Amino acid sequence: MSAQKSLGLLAQFETPADIMHAAMAVRDAGFRKWDVFTPFPIHGMDDAMALPTSKVGYFTFAGGFTGFFTGMTMIWFMNKFDYPLVVGGKPLFTPLFAFPVSYEMTILLSAFGTLFGLALLNRLPRLNNPLFNSERFKRATNDKFFVYVEAADPRFSPAEVRALLEKNGASAVEEIHDSED
Amino acid sequence: MAKAAAIPSGAAAKADKHDHHAPPVHVQAAEPPKELEREPLVLNNRSLGWITEAIAGVCEKPMPKWWWPAFILSAGGMGMMFSLVAYLISTGVGVWGLNQPADWAWDITNFVFWIGIGHAGTLISAVLCLLRQKWRTSINRAAEAMTIFAVACAGIFPVVHTGRVWFALFPGYLIPFPNANGIWPQFRSPLLWDVFAVSTYGTVSLLFWYTGLIPDLATLRDRATHKVRRFFYGLFSLGWTGSNRHWSNYEKAYMILAGLSTPLVLSVHSIVSFDFAVSQVPGWHTTIFPPYFVAGAIFSGFGMVLTLLIPLRALFNLHDIITLRHVELMCKVLLATGSIVGYAYGMEFFIAWYGGSPYELYAFKNRAFGPYWWAYWSMISCNVISPHFFWFKKLRTSVVFVWVISIFVNIGMWFERFVIIVTSLHRDYLPSSWGYFTPTWVDVFTFVGSFGLFMTLFLLFIRFLPALAISEVKAVTPQADPHHPLGGAKGHHH
Repeated sequence: MSAQKSLGLLAQFETPADIMHAAMAVRDAGFRKWDVFTPFPIHGMDDAMALPTSKVGYFTFAGGFTGFFTGMTMIWFMNKFDYPLVVGGKPLFTPLFAFPVSYEMTILLSAFGTLFGLALLNRLPRLNNPLFNSERFKRATNDKFFVYVEAADPRFSPAEVRALLEKNGASAVEEIHDSED
Repeated sequence: MAKAAAIPSGAAAKADKHDHHAPPVHVQAAEPPKELEREPLVLNNRSLGWITEAIAGVCEKPMPKWWWPAFILSAGGMGMMFSLVAYLISTGVGVWGLNQPADWAWDITNFVFWIGIGHAGTLISAVLCLLRQKWRTSINRAAEAMTIFAVACAGIFPVVHTGRVWFALFPGYLIPFPNANGIWPQFRSPLLWDVFAVSTYGTVSLLFWYTGLIPDLATLRDRATHKVRRFFYGLFSLGWTGSNRHWSNYEKAYMILAGLSTPLVLSVHSIVSFDFAVSQVPGWHTTIFPPYFVAGAIFSGFGMVLTLLIPLRALFNLHDIITLRHVELMCKVLLATGSIVGYAYGMEFFIAWYGGSPYELYAFKNRAFGPYWWAYWSMISCNVISPHFFWFKKLRTSVVFVWVISIFVNIGMWFERFVIIVTSLHRDYLPSSWGYFTPTWVDVFTFVGSFGLFMTLFLLFIRFLPALAISEVKAVTPQADPHHPLGGAKGHHH
């Protein structure tokens, strides 16, 4: 185990208040490559980590715009351009009767855009995370709270980071390695 | 919420660094009186670990003894439905009781019935999410699952009622694909709008449901003891870690999906109602249909949510999470939407008289006092009378009574669609083309079988997936609030 290079330090906390304060301390110490892991989203944690507003909305907009445009174009193409279809003397194309379908297409592709954006921004799926090597980390999806500071951060020094996390109430601190043994 | 303990930033954070826990004395406000504290959503101060155990435990432990008989019965029903659908497709729609002038009857009734059921799931997951109704977290997962399964049941009927389904689906009038003569579907028909509305609804509901499931699948992955379970939960949880950088995007995406589903759910039943309202049949051609259908859909859906969740809560001992307060709040939704439905029934009659069209007035008189009077009055008793019991707290909090009423709501809403469809069609403008629709045994058992499909899917859902949203339930407890003493905050909660 000791032969392996450490990828970073993982610290466990017991309550939402503790993890919040620890996150603020890590943020204020100027770290860049670090993260907080919680079983549920904690209100205010984005500010405590100084995260910018999520960009998912741009993907939604792109999807929705594509959907509406596709719907309108598709109906125009099918009922007016490719095979003009006269039904009950109604116009071959107006945005009015094309609206309901285009509206549904807007919502459909917005939803796909949102999920695509979510996966892209979160770099998921990612099934081989070194954090999964930690037995303790299994409780990140249950009832414990974690801070992980990566060794790749330019300010990282194992002793100082450990001291910082312990000072802020970590109940356990462990090194994270590439593989289990 | 504690403003004084809110996250300090920049200089304030540095000044505060040595003493995070105690807010400066001069900004402390008096604590609110005890009676203003809200009743907790999860009872008995359950810990976060307890919530995980209670919900994940349901699908990890072997199912209770009743599960297999229930599953076999449901799967049998499902098998019966698919066999009858095969019989229909191989023989023709004549195996149903459809004939001129009632060319729509049980098929479209069942379609609208099932689609309507779905609407409560989306209302709970999307509309109540936007309205920040935190109580939704205990029931949204099961309600969304119900939505998806109901849409699956609904989708079968309009497809198979076309008879030669292969023409409807592939080169046909449902899927935009040209037929042998190069003709495309025609988009001026609300029936085609309906195809897009329902398929979008099914797809978006599934995406929304799956998004909500990802963190909980990760919980199941991390708790899994068996290799196969770990593999599948691991695969479908996409490597979720609970990273706050991920939660940040996730919360935004979830809110956006709620924002998309809200106009979607309103549009779906509006478009379903256009199938009728855009035609010129007396009894169908009315502008009240879209809001009336949407309210009816939510009414019927909440009926079904109660029908499913009251037993679920009792059988799996989830009383602390799905509390009596949840049941009561759902009863209030039934009361509100049921009143809207009752109002719509009255208003339809008023307009039939006030509109001055003799055909319209005749259609309504015939509805209440014609040959289908029994269907009409079943609908009125179930939908107009039964929700008004819920004015009384005593009745709202009696789960057995609520469950019985929820069954009446389901029955009433099926009759509503039957009444709208069949009574309007069976008497045409010309008395020479009047008729009376009677279902055949195939009609009846196909519908009964669709409950088999619905229950099979629901039983598999509680067997393999967390029936309640684990991470969302945790997030609404005081233990999850970093500014609450139970969440670890030192000092006073204020």
